[in-house]
Amino acid sequence: MASVFSGAPPQGGPGYSFSQTRIATSSGIREHSFYPYTDNGGSTLGVSGADFTILAGDTRSTSGYNINTRYAPKLFKIGGEGPDGTGARIVLSVVGFAADGDALKERLDTIVKMYKYQHGKPMSVAACAQRLSHILYNKRFFPYYVHAILGGLDEEGRGALYSYDPVGSYEREQCRAAGAAASLIMPFLDNQVNFKNQYIPGSGVGHALEQRVPEPLPRKDVEELVKDAFTSAVERHIEVGDGLQMMIITKEGIQETFSELKKD
Amino acid sequence: MPGFDFSNHNRNAALHAQGVPLPKATSTGTTIVGCIFDGGVVIAADTRATSGPIVADKNCEKLHYIAPQIWCAGAGTAADTEFTTAIISSNLELHALSTGRKPRVVTCMTMLKQHLFRYQGHIGAYLVVAGVDPTGAHLFTVHAHGSTDKLPYVTMGSGSLAAMSVFETQWKSKLSREDAIKLAADAIQAGIFNDLGSGSNVDVCVITEEKTTLMRNYITPNVREQKQRNYRFKRGTTAVLNEKVITREEISKYVTVQELDDQSVVGTAEKMDVDA
Repeated sequence: MASVFSGAPPQGGPGYSFSQTRIATSSGIREHSFYPYTDNGGSTLGVSGADFTILAGDTRSTSGYNINTRYAPKLFKIGGEGPDGTGARIVLSVVGFAADGDALKERLDTIVKMYKYQHGKPMSVAACAQRLSHILYNKRFFPYYVHAILGGLDEEGRGALYSYDPVGSYEREQCRAAGAAASLIMPFLDNQVNFKNQYIPGSGVGHALEQRVPEPLPRKDVEELVKDAFTSAVERHIEVGDGLQMMIITKEGIQETFSELKKD
Repeated sequence: MPGFDFSNHNRNAALHAQGVPLPKATSTGTTIVGCIFDGGVVIAADTRATSGPIVADKNCEKLHYIAPQIWCAGAGTAADTEFTTAIISSNLELHALSTGRKPRVVTCMTMLKQHLFRYQGHIGAYLVVAGVDPTGAHLFTVHAHGSTDKLPYVTMGSGSLAAMSVFETQWKSKLSREDAIKLAADAIQAGIFNDLGSGSNVDVCVITEEKTTLMRNYITPNVREQKQRNYRFKRGTTAVLNEKVITREEISKYVTVQELDDQSVVGTAEKMDVDA
């Protein structure tokens, strides 16, 4: 009976960071292994508008089929003062391996603070974005196992959003979804934010049909899209749920909201 | 020929050797439980079916009919639980007809274990078998490799530990019908909320000497909230690159066309449940 429950998660599914079975060969030589990364699940997403940027992430942390905690924030204020990050104008979201996410946040936060002390002015989002890329590439052969999204306002006061791969390749974008449910959310964003695959009815026949032109969405619309994206991801992805943390960056500062998501 | 068809085995083995991955079956992550009470037995299940980290079905049925007074809760590979219970149900009916007696739960359990043992665990069905027969109320678990247990309260599936923690803290002997239903439903909810492989609703089946009561969606603690926005597209939003109309007259040259009025759909053999 004991052999039936190995305690190991199903094969091919989410796994533990350590090898599941001890490998012993008949000669008595044993191969040891240690895998330093864990996938903590969850999803994040960012959308930039004309004069704001919204970043959002669920607050569930998982390993395998287990929930570590229902409240582990994936959004961090960068360069603010004190525990609340007062005065911050930049937000970093990280999803993937939570420990690396925390370490990365801590590093970037310190750097942005040091910049302010040394230069007597806050770091621009563009500069911060490039610095983050360098931090990630510095660990090219032992990467931070995260998909990062950086949000803020650019020099002209427009919404700025940068997304990264784990080794520092980055790009400024209108919107980006990352993490476990990225493949579920990103097509929705393509269609609803950039109006992909949407044409203007009756504007032509066949190839002459005109594509609907994307325009910066108002803040209320984006907030609604973000909520719908997450409630939908919760329905179909087991690693997304529990809570939704949102940060809205405007010229007034960063407004943070939290709302409940389904807990099953 | 009866039984499984192995004619693709050599081809698949060759394909696999060349690095083609094996297809993945839908696994019902699952929490299933069973509990004996004074005068009967209750089984319960969650309703989430998963395929990797994706929810394949939000409201599937994991409580399977075997005989009027014998029901089965299934975990593991969805198709295996479905077909295993179906074939045992069929054989048990024939057995009951031939003996002229009501089928017994032990008989069902024995048939299941012998069937599963023959396939050495390759049929991934993990079952909770429950029922009432002339010898009383019975509750068993059957594992894919063929081992069985007979216990007053049981749990199976990825949520079995969460569910068992409820039984181990709250179970007592000589439960009433209502208390047993409550306990089983609470155990399933522990699985729904604490195991990612389980979710959505609670299904319950109560079997007593007098009758069987299937309570589909007995508790629905995970109803989706109203969406913020309306996603209805204007007609003509999707690009049409070419269009071809096939008239009834044209297609009549190749197939027989029969006119059906919308109300009475006669053509379909058996209707399948359509999810919301």
